[in-house]
Amino acid sequence: MNAVVNVVVPSDALSRREFLRRLQAMGGLLLVADGLRIAKAADAKKYGAEGMEHGTVDNPLVFVAIGEDGWVTVVAHRSEMGQGVRTGMPLIVADEMEADWTKVRVEQAPADEVKYGNQDTDGSRSTRHFLDPMRRCGAAARMMLEQAAALAWNVPVSEVRALNHEVVHQKTGRKLTYGALAKRAAKLPVPAATTLRLKTPEEFRYIGKGGVPLVDGQNIITGKAQYGIDPWFKDMCFAVIARSPVLGGSVKQFDGSAAAAAPGVQKVLQMPAPTAKATFHPLAGVAIIANSTGAAIAARKLLKIEWIDGANGTYDSDAYRASMQESAHKPGKVVRESGNVDTAMSSAAKSVEAEYYIPHIAHATMEPPCAVARIAAGKCEVWAPTQAPQVTREDVAKHLGIASENVTVHVTLLGGGFGRKSKPDFAIEAALLSQAMDGRPVKVVWTREDDLHHDFLHTVSVEYLKAGLGADGKVTAWLHRSVAPSLATIFAPNINHEVGAELGMGFVNLPFDIPNLRLENPDASAHCRIGWFRSVSNIPHAFAVQSFVAELAASANKDHRDYLLDIIGPARKIDPRSQHDDWNHGESPERYPVDTGRLRRVIETVTQEAGWGKKFPKGSGQGLAAHYSFVSYVAAVVEVNIDEQGRVVVPRVDVAFDCGPQVNPERIRSQLEGAVIMGLSLALYGEITFKNGRSQQDNFHQYRVMRMNEAPADIRVHLIPTADWTVPLGGVGEPGVPPIAPALCNAVFAATGKRIRSLPIKDQAKSAT
Amino acid sequence: MELQINGQTVTVSAEPDLPLLWALRDHLGMTGTKFGCGMALCGACTVLIDGQALRSCVLPVAQAVGKKITTIEGIGATPVGAAVQRAWLDINVPQCGYCQAGQIMSATALLEVKPDPSDDDIDTAMSGNICRCGTYTRIRSAIKQAAKHGGGAT
Repeated sequence: MNAVVNVVVPSDALSRREFLRRLQAMGGLLLVADGLRIAKAADAKKYGAEGMEHGTVDNPLVFVAIGEDGWVTVVAHRSEMGQGVRTGMPLIVADEMEADWTKVRVEQAPADEVKYGNQDTDGSRSTRHFLDPMRRCGAAARMMLEQAAALAWNVPVSEVRALNHEVVHQKTGRKLTYGALAKRAAKLPVPAATTLRLKTPEEFRYIGKGGVPLVDGQNIITGKAQYGIDPWFKDMCFAVIARSPVLGGSVKQFDGSAAAAAPGVQKVLQMPAPTAKATFHPLAGVAIIANSTGAAIAARKLLKIEWIDGANGTYDSDAYRASMQESAHKPGKVVRESGNVDTAMSSAAKSVEAEYYIPHIAHATMEPPCAVARIAAGKCEVWAPTQAPQVTREDVAKHLGIASENVTVHVTLLGGGFGRKSKPDFAIEAALLSQAMDGRPVKVVWTREDDLHHDFLHTVSVEYLKAGLGADGKVTAWLHRSVAPSLATIFAPNINHEVGAELGMGFVNLPFDIPNLRLENPDASAHCRIGWFRSVSNIPHAFAVQSFVAELAASANKDHRDYLLDIIGPARKIDPRSQHDDWNHGESPERYPVDTGRLRRVIETVTQEAGWGKKFPKGSGQGLAAHYSFVSYVAAVVEVNIDEQGRVVVPRVDVAFDCGPQVNPERIRSQLEGAVIMGLSLALYGEITFKNGRSQQDNFHQYRVMRMNEAPADIRVHLIPTADWTVPLGGVGEPGVPPIAPALCNAVFAATGKRIRSLPIKDQAKSAT
Repeated sequence: MELQINGQTVTVSAEPDLPLLWALRDHLGMTGTKFGCGMALCGACTVLIDGQALRSCVLPVAQAVGKKITTIEGIGATPVGAAVQRAWLDINVPQCGYCQAGQIMSATALLEVKPDPSDDDIDTAMSGNICRCGTYTRIRSAIKQAAKHGGGAT
């Protein structure tokens, strides 16, 4: 007998608000779907943090608690997935409030955006959006402590000053510790934002300095750190799920008797039916509940399931690639145009064309999707490694049929996120299974096979480019067609064009000085779950554009760096709206223009630091690429040796990075080092392919990621310094990835003369040697 | 079954062919050892069995009976393990940190037998441990630092 997991609200009916909310993870998209204009822009333009759901909160009573023992607790409301946000955000508060970092504890906020402000940890936004609110938070706390001391001493507040965890009366040298002032300060009114005295940058103690140890470092190295896979209760049960191998597929029938009889198995349960819109709904399937994850995995092999594949059962990567290539050679929807490309192309001295392919890639976070849930007295508690706590809370509530106030989402550490953990299907699964187990705590763990078979994959794309060159080698005409199924298809399956955020990731906002230009976006439909992967559409767009510029330079017999600087043109600030980019990473076009001077500077810096132009023996060389994304500027030089077996060995990578002011430079460096490895990894090996609607890669032997023996020994990060804290911050987590693949392939060309236009490289360099 | 874990004897009742990883994590609540692939491909689950770095996700628990099991929770009790942990902190190796338990176990096993490892030794010992965040250059530096500061010198 097979039990069925009940789902109260099949989430096919996604309201407009929910639709927007989910797309907001992309930062306020402008989107036309099904003839219905769904625009965040319609709500009078709000930018940056204020354009995000629930905006920001800067109330110190929410974020700061001071114990009478002197310990300061700072709340971190964004999710930690390796970017260092649990260190970086509290560090800002501590600095402004003159707290001693060695007496600061960090506490993770549960999901509650009304209380804490937006918690969607993606889009490289945390520091960029919350530097100012967190500074105000700390400054307000400092001023309340100063006020409390002034009251205690009955002196004017102008005579006292907070300094390193105590307040000093300057005239008399009297001191009161933060612990001694805590109670009194907490009762004072919070000063208005307009009355706050923020520190000058010269007064910063931690911001911009580095040297602050990782908040979670000690717990990580001793095995005490709590990830989503780690909560453990005595009465806990453990689940794995056999999910439909095809998107939209369902269970026709199944025989769970052998599985149910396997050692340790407690229950076999059918998951809810699929929905027309994938959203973050759990996939159809059959769950095994057992006394350990290992027992559940073993029993799952005994399930006999007959699937109904549905319409996506014919999805085939080779056939799909051919269809995208066909589209790329036909006119498509024009998304930006200036001058007259056709006329200029026909009068060009020479034309060059190329087509690039970037496959689906999987996030493959080292901690696979997983969550724990338990339910008691109508209230559900979830422990989840989620990048989207509030969405998780709302979706779990909806699926259980209870109010979101009755759902508590404890945000654990994330064992990697990269965008995968913005989609809380795994947490909903845990909640539904706990409900089916009468509220017992249930831990759902995805195996690596589950992860690679059912990811919200990075899109797949064909990029076609054609340029007309004058007799001097300069580009006079530029045509680019980008063909890629949109990630918005998980919310609205009929969308067949890239949405604003995707177009604005290095496609329409091309910062080149070219008189005649046309950008087209032909149709593409989706047949698997597509989601945002670190850097998102910047990956294919940067790969195509930055490879193509290198090809043009070679065709014109010019130095690549000089050619790239020339095509970017002089230093100027471009209004993204003039490029038909209404998205601009969710930021104000006035505050965040595209600054080609900054783009030029990272190129000049990285080429200088890497010794661009030095001679290499045959089989070795350097490649360059630059890209602007998440309102930051990056350029990379990759060095390669092609060994006797045709393997691509990368001894050294240089990266120059300009994100404006740097709050925690040490973590910025680590993010860029990681982006280099991830960029090389996806360029060399990363590919998920489909046959009969099914992902063909099972585990790390088939979906390879870079390992120690393949990684560059020498990664040099060159941060562009700025002392000007009025420059708005750029993103950090994502911008490092996109230039790596084209820089690598340009290096392979320099080393071998072989042009790589299709990723991953795998053994393509072999034929060149 | 009786297991010797980090110097203590513990009893676990599990199927003999259950991978040690799940006996540790699910039966005993020792969650420092991580699951990553289930096929000995990623090293997240690395533990020391009689001093040798092994992947607990494919090791039947019955095969660990009678042997000395060391996990991330206990590695700091050894001088080499403690030196490795210190170096990891000094260099701020972790990003998300999920794989680092396995990395530390593999690095410790390496330094126990090769107190002054070459780059090739490090590649050989560490290439079974995947870090998706890409902390490899720092792992290499940390291993060298731990070696220099007596991690392996006995």
